[in-house]
Amino acid sequence: MNPLQAVAHRRVRRRDAGPASRPARPLAAGQDAAFRWFTVACAATVVALMGALASVFALEAWPSIKEFGLSFLWSTEWDTQNDRYGGAVQLWGTAASTVIAIVIAVPIALLVALLLVELVRPAVGKVVGMAIEMLAAIPSIIYGMWGLFVLVPLMQRYVQPAIQATPLGKLPLFVGPPYGIGVLTAGLILSLMILPFVTAVSRDVLRMVPQVVKEAGFGMGATTWEVTRKVSLRYGLGGIVGAFFLGLGRAVGETMAVAYVIGGSHLFSWSITDPGYTIASNIANEFPEAAGDLHRASLVELGLILFAATILFQLIAQLWLRRVRKRVGGRA
Amino acid sequence: MSASRHIRRVAVRHLLAGVLLLSLTAGAAACGDSDGRSARDDAGRAADVALTGAGASFPYPLYSKWAADYREVSGLKLNYQSVGSGAGIEQIKAKTVDFGASDAPLQQAELDEAGLLQFPLTMGGVVPVINLEGVRDGQLRLDGDTLAAIYLGTVKKWSDPAIAALNADVELPDQDITVVHRSDGSGTTWIFTTYLSAISAQWKSAVGASKEPKWPVGVGGKGNEGVAASVKQMSGAIGYVEYAYAKQSAMVTVRLRNSEGGFVAPNSEAFAAAAANAEWENAPGFALVLVDQPGPDTWPIVGASFILIHREQNDATAAKALLEFFDWCYENGQATAVTLDYVPIPDNVVDLVEAMWTEQVTAGGMPVWP
Repeated sequence: MNPLQAVAHRRVRRRDAGPASRPARPLAAGQDAAFRWFTVACAATVVALMGALASVFALEAWPSIKEFGLSFLWSTEWDTQNDRYGGAVQLWGTAASTVIAIVIAVPIALLVALLLVELVRPAVGKVVGMAIEMLAAIPSIIYGMWGLFVLVPLMQRYVQPAIQATPLGKLPLFVGPPYGIGVLTAGLILSLMILPFVTAVSRDVLRMVPQVVKEAGFGMGATTWEVTRKVSLRYGLGGIVGAFFLGLGRAVGETMAVAYVIGGSHLFSWSITDPGYTIASNIANEFPEAAGDLHRASLVELGLILFAATILFQLIAQLWLRRVRKRVGGRA
Repeated sequence: MSASRHIRRVAVRHLLAGVLLLSLTAGAAACGDSDGRSARDDAGRAADVALTGAGASFPYPLYSKWAADYREVSGLKLNYQSVGSGAGIEQIKAKTVDFGASDAPLQQAELDEAGLLQFPLTMGGVVPVINLEGVRDGQLRLDGDTLAAIYLGTVKKWSDPAIAALNADVELPDQDITVVHRSDGSGTTWIFTTYLSAISAQWKSAVGASKEPKWPVGVGGKGNEGVAASVKQMSGAIGYVEYAYAKQSAMVTVRLRNSEGGFVAPNSEAFAAAAANAEWENAPGFALVLVDQPGPDTWPIVGASFILIHREQNDATAAKALLEFFDWCYENGQATAVTLDYVPIPDNVVDLVEAMWTEQVTAGGMPVWP
């Protein structure tokens, strides 16, 4: 359960406790029971599906796990000729592009959400909000094509030469010729793709902050900035963390848009202006023509790692959220 | 509660239960039909037969066009899924499709083990494309060794003596070469690297022929369109694409030196020459890659796309319909192939293929063809 759902869940439970919903008529009680079983069955399907997915992945990836063991995680080799595989390039590419996307998208999304909720007239907020939701509806392949034909030339001609000209260009993170495509470009595309999601969810969370609470803040003489920081953000923290993880999940798993702009290279490089690979785009590119059993098993193992990482993120988020809630005493 | 309301509620509940039951039985029926063949076995006429194929993406535009054209002629429903050669081979082995398609030929041993027959249905050329200021289409000349050295990263600049020696009349800038390759696994890459392996011993030992080789240098583009976009955007770039793609997007191609020392430009005649001069008779399973073939006008990087069918067919009617389709492609589909920039299979090869059908394709012990 993500933090947003957690919020909703608790609210429902609280409402349930009221006397109004107690079963009064036998027929209605029967319906309730049927409905209950139906929802339980649906929920069980989800859990069963997850288990099935994990076990099939593990089974299919077994040849690779057995062959390479833990060294799969830090080996940079990806050699279809000699059947040697390692996932370090893809892991680094996934991590780097996701961090770039998050670092760019989350602050902007939060600021836009605050603007929409706190600072502009509702009419303006509605129009901008609709535009943001439309951005979220664009299929990822369109982002990929746009990235390849528009963003890549811009990166190659202007952005990367500009970075090279500054002292930053000497850092291992930015060395190399300006190809245009690469991990940085993939991160930028990803930031654009997750921006609408994070914005939309943060906006809804901030809207849920009760007017009374905010007015209490204003009544005590707090400025808009103080109310935003100390009341709205704290109250909505759980939801905002949920939005953050929604963006993270999308960025980590995005496939098509990244496949077009990342440059598909299995050579390890710390530089984010060099071509690289992410786990998802590598699977998409190579799975259909995967040559041997070990090659395919290695691709599945990459998928398994992604799967495990996503679950791990969720767990960490939940634990961290519980601690934060205790400390700030917020409701969400 | 009034009686009528009570009745309505009960009715609704029964209706819901009915819908649930119905959807369950429908699901069960769908599961029972999963091998998809039971319906086909009853089919009498070719018009009622539906055939499926799966495999290589390289010939997909042609196969789907052929299937549509042939449907108008014969009424046969043929569905080709471009899922990739690897998946196509797996599906034909598992008998979930009627034919598979692969860009890389299987070796005879693997064919025998799975009880498969293999034959080429169409061919295509792969061409290097460049983006170099002041160099026009067909102006630059390269040979296989130099191309391999560029893709190995040992030749790094356009002004390198190895390139200059082949191009005395072209002014070459002192510019870095940006190597572009496919990032997705593809038959095009397999044909290209097979060519480099055939020419350059160094390439063969360092990289070899593969659909997803370990590229020593360069950036990857997804699909022909990705490689083309990168080459067009980057000054000093070199890449390789299917001929149809280079032609349709008006890219700058190079002339390559063939096995007889002539520099040829990529075009349909040069690809056809490669097929005509190849020794198909001596290749078991037609497992021939048309790289570096003899002939003065031969383009050196050509590949055939292969069809895989089972030697033992379950259903004589369906098998006959399938072979009739392939025969129609050989006979009447060539104009379409040329329009889409694929290369027709030469007549002498078609005769060899159909002789093989007569000899080896059977259903219930009886020959299917002709």
